[in-house]
Amino acid sequence: MEKMVNIYLFGKQYQVPDNLTIMCAMEYAGYQLVRGCGCRNGFCGACATIYRIKGERELKTCLACQTKVEEGMYVATLPFFPLVKQVYDIESVKPTEQIMMQLYPEIYACVGCNACTKACTQSLDVMQYIAYAQRGEYDKCAEESFDCVMCGVCSSRCPAGISHPQVAMLARRLNGKYLAPKTEHLENRVKEIKDGTFNDLIEALMGKPVEELKELYNNREIEK
Amino acid sequence: MYAKEFEASLKAVEAARAENIAYEPRRMTAQEKEDLLAAYHPDYKKNEFTTLRIGPNKGEQVPHELAEMLEAHSRISASDVDLSAPKYDVDVLIIGGGGAGSSAAIEAHEAGANVMIVTKLRIGDANTMMAEGGIQAADKPNDSPAIHFLDAFGGGHFAAKRELLSKLVCDAPEAIQWLNELGVEFDKTADGTMVTTHGGGTSRKRMHAAKDYSGAEIMRTLRDEVLNRGIPVIDFTSAIELILDENGKAAGAVLMNMETKELMIAKAKTVIIATGGAGRMHYQGFPTSNHYGATADGLVLGYRVGAKLLYADTLQYHPTGAAYPQQIFGALVTEKVRSLGAKLVNRDGKVFMHPLETRDVSAASIIRECSDRDEGVDTGTGKAVWLDTPMIEAIGGEGTIEKRIPAMMRMFASYGIDIRKEPILVYPTLHYQNGGLDINVDGQTTNVENLYVAGEAVGGIHGRNRLMGNSLLDIIVFGRSAGKNAAAKAKEVTIGALTLDHIAKFDAERAAAGIETDAVSPKLLPNYTNQPSI
Repeated sequence: MEKMVNIYLFGKQYQVPDNLTIMCAMEYAGYQLVRGCGCRNGFCGACATIYRIKGERELKTCLACQTKVEEGMYVATLPFFPLVKQVYDIESVKPTEQIMMQLYPEIYACVGCNACTKACTQSLDVMQYIAYAQRGEYDKCAEESFDCVMCGVCSSRCPAGISHPQVAMLARRLNGKYLAPKTEHLENRVKEIKDGTFNDLIEALMGKPVEELKELYNNREIEK
Repeated sequence: MYAKEFEASLKAVEAARAENIAYEPRRMTAQEKEDLLAAYHPDYKKNEFTTLRIGPNKGEQVPHELAEMLEAHSRISASDVDLSAPKYDVDVLIIGGGGAGSSAAIEAHEAGANVMIVTKLRIGDANTMMAEGGIQAADKPNDSPAIHFLDAFGGGHFAAKRELLSKLVCDAPEAIQWLNELGVEFDKTADGTMVTTHGGGTSRKRMHAAKDYSGAEIMRTLRDEVLNRGIPVIDFTSAIELILDENGKAAGAVLMNMETKELMIAKAKTVIIATGGAGRMHYQGFPTSNHYGATADGLVLGYRVGAKLLYADTLQYHPTGAAYPQQIFGALVTEKVRSLGAKLVNRDGKVFMHPLETRDVSAASIIRECSDRDEGVDTGTGKAVWLDTPMIEAIGGEGTIEKRIPAMMRMFASYGIDIRKEPILVYPTLHYQNGGLDINVDGQTTNVENLYVAGEAVGGIHGRNRLMGNSLLDIIVFGRSAGKNAAAKAKEVTIGALTLDHIAKFDAERAAAGIETDAVSPKLLPNYTNQPSI
């Protein structure tokens, strides 16, 4: 028989097996989830959750799909958080400091409390990537924030009202489009295809009987 | 940190590691692969399939669970809604907010169409977000679209529709360029060269990646772009029935608010189904790597209005789903783990196959190891084999795992397993719907006008098995294409009177076939309430 633990979903007590994630525990208790459940796999950020263990002072944060239940866990899910997302035209923005000042000026009001970093469900150094964004170091901001799932927990803890995931999103797009090195072989290949370089090769394959294609496939050379 | 019962097997794996790294297992012959699949692949288990009794694919085989949904009742009758009072009236209606739907929306918007996305969860709650390993494109000098074509055509058992596959491979480099120019980050060297690896069944290293967050990086960028363009995204709203006009052409959908259950009408000149896959149907009782809403809705919507399915009897079981610990049972362990050098090892520490066979062959091989050969590791809830991740650090140098597959490292670290030092336990998981709605090269269904399909809901691009990295590619290539074509088509469409007559017609067909069922469809969400675990 599995061991049961007491948890409190929005304050109400339930007994659930101790090997469940918070998300599965909610379903075990009878919830049919619509909100607060997306990929169930730690990538989409839908199931941001805040909890406190009975008797402890510290407020903890996690993704409900990636975290096991514990005895005495008080759980409140955060299926939506009102992040500010500014709109911009990726074609006309420039990867300079000005763009952050224009779109997300509140990042300069960061008080350095580090609550965002402590809250991050992905254990990212959130305050550090905001610091990079402040300085216009978007490549560093992009790298530091790369594993962000945009759950919004950082922003829920921020006294300066910063929407960290959206700041990082902008930094990554600026880096991907403008700062990271261009790929020559990609540009060449796109041009070759437009010029019809491979048309004959493809058409030859399109017209071949399956038996011939099988022969080609089974004897093709595989790069080491 | 594994429990004691794994100790003996772990020791065997560790002891053989150095030798296993050096060992180059041979690839199977065509005949060996065929025999293996026939004996062990879930697609070949005849009793798991049934014959459709009604609808456009009557007489064909599909999984029991899908047949139930395809033959089920609509969630509504025509009299439940007022078709004369649409809440939304647009040029292009896109059902689904994943990678395909978002790409379509961006291109339709770019073409000047009035476009709208409806999605039953949030934009980005999609299998795209969870694609880890990468995206294929033949953009290196030693590669070509023709080689890419042959890899994919053979990997899919020579069943792909050639014109679709040809579009996929020829548009691939431009798809990567489009993403890169939207700001999607790719792993590159300092001079801009793409860092590319093999996937199962590729003959060139053409897997582009953004660490092991490839799909997430693509999805969040597409989402950001959709929002920047101000394209309306009606979230937590499902499409539960398509609407045709009096001429039998697609002309909108009945929508349902997932929380309040309010019904609404969306009228549209063209409709794009971009509803994704079906992992949450749990075919044959398999766990799945898919997101919560992957319930084959688009197939059901299309089928009921007469759109044909192609290869709906073939599913992809990803060879390496997490098998332990139980909390992540079925979660995806990206193929990139094997691309980077980790091999599959059985209970006794023996490498039992080449790690980069195609997915169907790899899955069947693991199932054989865990069944007839009885060389699996007992996890407490089933059998599994080892995927020897520490090999990656030994081959690529210390730090390779953290740099290249940080999501995998994090997922297992949550449960006390350091994949840099310890191998992981894997078993096949339901991953991808190979089949889907039948389309022509423009993305329109072959028999319902103004109805387009893109992404995993399409059948025929990959044939009967898909290669790693061709799905992220297909959602971009065919998503963009559907968006452009649906927008262009919308310019010349005049919508006739809207009808839901097809519901009664389908009811009559069901009754005439003597089918008795209480089931309603589309499924929309799985029901996991009051179950000990999933």
